Parts: sequence; structure tokens; C-alpha cells
Amino acid sequence: MDAEMRVLDLLGLQGLIDTLRARGYAVVGPTVRDGAIVHAPIATIDDLPRGWGDDQDAAHYRLRRRADDALFGFAAGAQSPKPVLFPAEELIWRGRRTGEEFTVNEDGAERAGDEGPYALLGVRSCDLHALAIHDVVLLGRDHVDVRYAARRAGAFVVAVTCTAPGGTCFCASMGTGPRPDAGYDLALTELLDDGPHRFLVEVGTPRGEEVLAEVPTTSAPAHDVRAADDAVAWSVAHMGRTLDTDGIKEVLYANAESPRWDDVASLCLACTNCTLVCPTCFCTSVEDVADLTGDVAERRRVWDSCFSEDFSYIHGGAIRPEIRSRYRQWITHKLASWQDQFGMSGCVGCGRCITWCPAAIDITAEAAALRWTPQPAAGRS
Amino acid sequence: MSMVEHLHRAGTSPETLADPMRPRRYRIAHTRQDTRDTFTLELEPTEGPPLAYRPGQFTMLDAFGVGEVPISISGDPARGGPLEQTIRDVGVVTHALITAPVGTLLGVRGPFGTSWDVSLGAGGDVVFIAGGIGFPPLRPALLELISERDRYGRVVLLYGVRTPEDIIFGDELRSWAHDHGIVVGVTVDNGQHAWRGKVGLVTQLIPRAGFDPRNTTAFVCGPEVMMRFSAAALADRGVRPSRIRMSMERNMKCGVGLCGHCQLRELFVCVDGPVLTYDRLAPLLSSREL
Ligand SMILES: Cc1cc2nc3c(=O)[nH]c(=O)nc-3n(C[C@H](O)[C@H](O)[C@H](O)COP(=O)(O)OP(=O)(O)OC[C@H]3O[C@@H](n4cnc5c(N)ncnc54)[C@H](O)[C@@H]3O)c2cc1C
Ligand code: SF4
Ligand code: SF4
Ligand code: FES
Repeated sequence: MDAEMRVLDLLGLQGLIDTLRARGYAVVGPTVRDGAIVHAPIATIDDLPRGWGDDQDAAHYRLRRRADDALFGFAAGAQSPKPVLFPAEELIWRGRRTGEEFTVNEDGAERAGDEGPYALLGVRSCDLHALAIHDVVLLGRDHVDVRYAARRAGAFVVAVTCTAPGGTCFCASMGTGPRPDAGYDLALTELLDDGPHRFLVEVGTPRGEEVLAEVPTTSAPAHDVRAADDAVAWSVAHMGRTLDTDGIKEVLYANAESPRWDDVASLCLACTNCTLVCPTCFCTSVEDVADLTGDVAERRRVWDSCFSEDFSYIHGGAIRPEIRSRYRQWITHKLASWQDQFGMSGCVGCGRCITWCPAAIDITAEAAALRWTPQPAAGRS
Repeated sequence: MSMVEHLHRAGTSPETLADPMRPRRYRIAHTRQDTRDTFTLELEPTEGPPLAYRPGQFTMLDAFGVGEVPISISGDPARGGPLEQTIRDVGVVTHALITAPVGTLLGVRGPFGTSWDVSLGAGGDVVFIAGGIGFPPLRPALLELISERDRYGRVVLLYGVRTPEDIIFGDELRSWAHDHGIVVGVTVDNGQHAWRGKVGLVTQLIPRAGFDPRNTTAFVCGPEVMMRFSAAALADRGVRPSRIRMSMERNMKCGVGLCGHCQLRELFVCVDGPVLTYDRLAPLLSSREL
């Protein structure tokens, strides 16, 4: 949308939160809890991580105080907004058995939208792209995740430009940031200079415009528009990592038998952290829970991970018993087969899998190494 | 594309979307024991019409409170009637399914996946290769072929089982051979007792099956190693890889492309398969544990 850009100060930001809440949204955004930044209900701007930044590197995450009062002065937290719309665990259906009969008497889909609608505040560009990916994976094909659909349909998105990329970030390489380019109702760029603490606001949808009209804003002077552009340029120049995506699918496919997999496997603990923190991973399992009599049972959908051995279990043994083949599945899916499946990369460059890997395995380093390792002749006899 | 556009494309609003994870209820009308560990269930829907399906498709079958597993449909697609599924008792869920008393309600989702498309073989020879519990999923395709037998040339069914006692649908095999001119070759891994037939791998039957490889379509279902060797043997004899169709088995939790468990590199075996052509599979099966 080409609406005029506006400027919002701190009171205006509070006004935005108030307006969203008054319109019935459950506002969820970043907050500091137990030494990390997590997503939680936000009632006032004081709930936001004011003055907090972070240091991130492979297997390293630490919050630190910033020299300023930035509200969004940190990089990706441990979780994206993924669990808000796609919870780690939820009810599919619950049923009751009487003799040989059973009835489904509770349907998770009917409850899925009840907590919302959500307003996601402070969604950074990488996570915004991950959301768009989930829309394709979970809604854009023949069969739809109806629980996700129910939560997603009403969700309002306030995106934020990432002005403090972390040591493990590489969204610029993936073309997914740092400035939100689509998929938001409103997008903020935080401006911290000699002037007052303020945000440049861009409008993405008519709904966003409607909400913004209820909030005190001023029209954006040219130097604020420029300041936002400068902040973006600074971010691009300060990405902690890069990933060369040129022909990456072919590189991964050609390296199915690379000796590199054994090197990674010797470090990888198959702890599943990387898939749990990844904003695009969508794999799930179902669990059946019955009461002692077995007459009341429910089926739950739970996050799963291709790093667990059970994931590929079929009678007679797992398809991927070895960690090397599970790591290969993961990185090949993210960077290569995802492109064939969905016409886009499965990695948005948020860096979480690097930061939260206890063994400091780095997707950017592995991709680079595969590109430069000689390929052994593929195939088994 | 925006979320709203996606939903419009699906032709519906979130409130009216059908949940592919919610089962329909079917009643076990009859259970037949085929072999010591294999049973065929006949299932009738408690509401609505019988399930329309294509040969090669599967359902997710649910034993209440125990779990849900993918099982191929083994019935006659033209006959209507109850839904037939043939199940080997190998674990928790399959055991619950085959031991459930007649009258029990089961949850059924589906039908899912791709079809054998047996009519692609019309005008030429057709080879079916089955291993063990891989035979029932081929049965609907054989029945479809038999219903138009004169459209096909030489039709061969090669069937490998562990022991003679494990032969499923034995009476039917004899009638297909006798009444419909189907060349049936059976081989067992282990043939003590009074077995007077062949012993060995099913691939050993291929050279003498007498089909014209240049004009043959093959349908293969069984354990993955058996399918891999069979497909390679067929291709070696000159059957075109694009005309060798096999049904892949992977862990499946949803059947509809959402859970990710069944992935084989870029394929979701549940929706892109289970029936896939060998030209597509060969590069994927050449790497271990892909
Ligand atoms: C497309 C398809 C069609 C199939 N058709 C038939 C058929 O017609 N007849 C038949 O007897 N079997 C068939 N199978 C195999 C059948 O699904 C498994 O035997 C069954 O899942 C075993 O479950 P269990 O709980 O009894 O065994 P357990 O060994 O206790 O398995 C535990 C869990 O692992 C998973 N699992 C185990 N084995 C398999 C497997 N082979 N495939 C997929 N998931 C598995 C299931 O989620 C299962 O609940 C088919 C499998 C697929 C993928
Ligand atoms: S693979 Fe790693 S860097 Fe890429 S989106 Fe997932 S967590 Fe982020
Ligand atoms: S297969 Fe692995 S990497 Fe791919 S989405 Fe599933 S859990 Fe994530
Ligand atoms: S079985 Fe769930 S994606 Fe294929």
C-alpha cells in the first residue's frame, strides 16, 4: 500500500497497543523472561524489552543492557511467533467410547480461534517471511490445517525493522530482511537519534490504516524516512553471517553421499533444538491419550522433529537410524527440497538454529563446506 | 500470496473448512482371517455413502484410543459394497484393528494418495510383482484390469511370500489364472512341508515371465529392498523406468501432506505417492537412508 508514512512516538505506540486491545485483539509481543526474550501478552510498552540487546553466536545467547532505551534493540529471540499460531501441542479431537461405539464430542478446530484474534507485535522480517511460508505449507495446498487457519485468519501483524541484527543472522543473504516488505498490517522502524524516541510507520493493509487512524501520529518528515533507510542499510552491513544461495539446491542434492555428513554427525547430539526454534519447521506427530478405562480418548497434534529416530520409524526399523542421515534430511529440506515442494527456501536466515545448537553447528558453515567439498560418486551398489 | 487469498483459493472461509484430521466412523461388518497373521476387514460407513476410491489409495485407520495407521484398500473398486482393508498384525495398532470384534466402530480418514492407474498398461503387457503384505494393495488394480481383460496383452503376477502358509487370496489366484489367463508365479523364501513350487527371491521369476519388456507396464508392491531389486531387474531387461510403478512405504501421521513424516527428499509420499514411478524414485533410492 502506498499510504503516506507516519511517525509514532512512545505514547503513540501505547495508543496502538490500547487500540488493538480495545478492538478485541490479544496483543502478543516480545518481553524479557528468565534471561531471554520470549513472546507473551503485552498490555503496556513497559512490557517490551526496553534497553535490552543481545549477544548471539554459535551455541551462545546472552542478553545485555544497551546504552539506549530501544524497545526492539535485539535480534531474534529463542522463539518466533510460531507457537502463537501453531502451538507446540493442541487437541485434534476428543471422543468417548460406549461398548463398540465411539463418538467425537469435542473438536479442537472449534476452539482454535477462541484465544484470539491475535495481534502480533514486533514481528521481525525473517519471522514475517516464516509466517508467509507457513501460510503456504499449512493453508496453500490441497489439505489445510484448520486449527492454524482459525488462528491465522484474524491475526493482525505489526512488523518491525530489525535494527540490531545478531551474530548469527543472515536474512540479507536469504532475501528475507531486515526490512519488512510484505505481509504486515503495520510496520515500524525504530528511530533512536538525538530527537525523541519514535517510530516510522508504514501501512500494509486497509485494516492497518483503520487502526492507525485511531492512534495519534504525525506525518513523517523526509529526514525520518531517510533515517529509517539508513538504519536498514546499517543492519544489512552488520549481519553476523552470510549464506551463498546460488545453486544451493543442486549443491545439496549432489552431496547426498558427502563425507561431510560424518563430520557433522560426530558433533550433532540430535537434541532437536534446531527444529524446535526454527520458525519454518512444521513437522508434527499425533499422540493418543486415553483415560484408564480407555473410554475417553483424545488425539493431540504435537511438534515433532526429523532429528528424532522415531520420526521415520516403520515396522522393521527407522528409515534414518543414523544421525548423519537426519542432519542431511534437515539441511537438505531447509535449503533444497523445500524449494521443490513450495517454490521457496525453507530457511529465512534468522540464525536461531545456530545460536541454540549446543554443539555450535552452523547451517551457513555447513552449506559453504558442502559447496567446496569434492563430491564422491553417488549411489549404492 | 496472502492468507486470505489462500483461503479463497481453497474456496472457503476458515469456519467451513473440512478438517482432514477428523475421521469418519465405519463399522466392522466382517473380519476374515486370510493367513495366520493377516486379516481382511470389511467396513461399512455409519453415515453417508460408501467410500469412493481408486486402486492404490490408502486410508488412515484408527482404533479408538490406540492409534491410527496407513492401510491400503484391497477391495474391488467397481463393486461398491463395504470398504475392504487387509492388515498384517505387526504391532500395537494393527493388532487392535484385527482383534476388534465385529460391530466395532473404527475411524477412517481418506482415501489418500495416488493410484496405480493400471489402464496406463492397456495395449501392452502388464507385470505385477508383489511381496508379502504388498499383494493386497495390488488387488484392486488386478481386479480393474480383469474387468477389461481384453484391453491388455500378457498379464503376469509374480508373488513372493515367506512360506506357503503366508499366501493371501490363494483361491483367487487360481481363478485369475484359470478364468482370466493371468500367468501366476509364486515363490517362497522357505518351503518345507509339501511345497512343490518355487523357492527363492521373486526377482528370480522375472527372466522367465515371458513379457515383452519394450511394451510392458509394471506394478510393484512389497518391502523396499524387494521393490528396488525388482525395478532394477525390470529396467535391466528394457522396461522403461517411467512405466515401472511402485508403492512406497514411509511413516505417516497425517496422510495429507501436513505432518512431514513421509518425506523422501522433495516428495511427500502420502500425497505425491504412495504410487510413484521408478524414473522419479531411482535417484532417491540410490542413497541410503534418504
Ligand atoms: C501407504 C501405506 C500403505 C500401507 N498399507 C498396508 C496394508 O495394506 N496392510 C498392512 O498390513 N500394512 C500396510 N502398511 C503398513 C502399516 O501402516 C504398518 O504395518 C503399521 O503402521 C504398523 O503399525 P503398528 O502400530 O501395528 O506397529 P508398530 O511397529 O507398533 O508401529 C508403531 C507406529 O509406527 C508407525 N509405523 C510402523 N510401521 C509402519 C509402516 N510400515 N508404515 C508406516 N508407518 C508405520 C505407525 O505410526 C505405528 O503406529 C501401509 C503403510 C503405508 C505407508
Ligand atoms: S534453518 Fe536456522 S536460520 Fe534458517 S530459518 Fe530455521 S532456525 Fe532460522
Ligand atoms: S523435515 Fe525436519 S527440517 Fe524439515 S520441516 Fe520437518 S522438522 Fe523441520
Ligand atoms: S503423512 Fe503427513 S505429510 Fe505425509
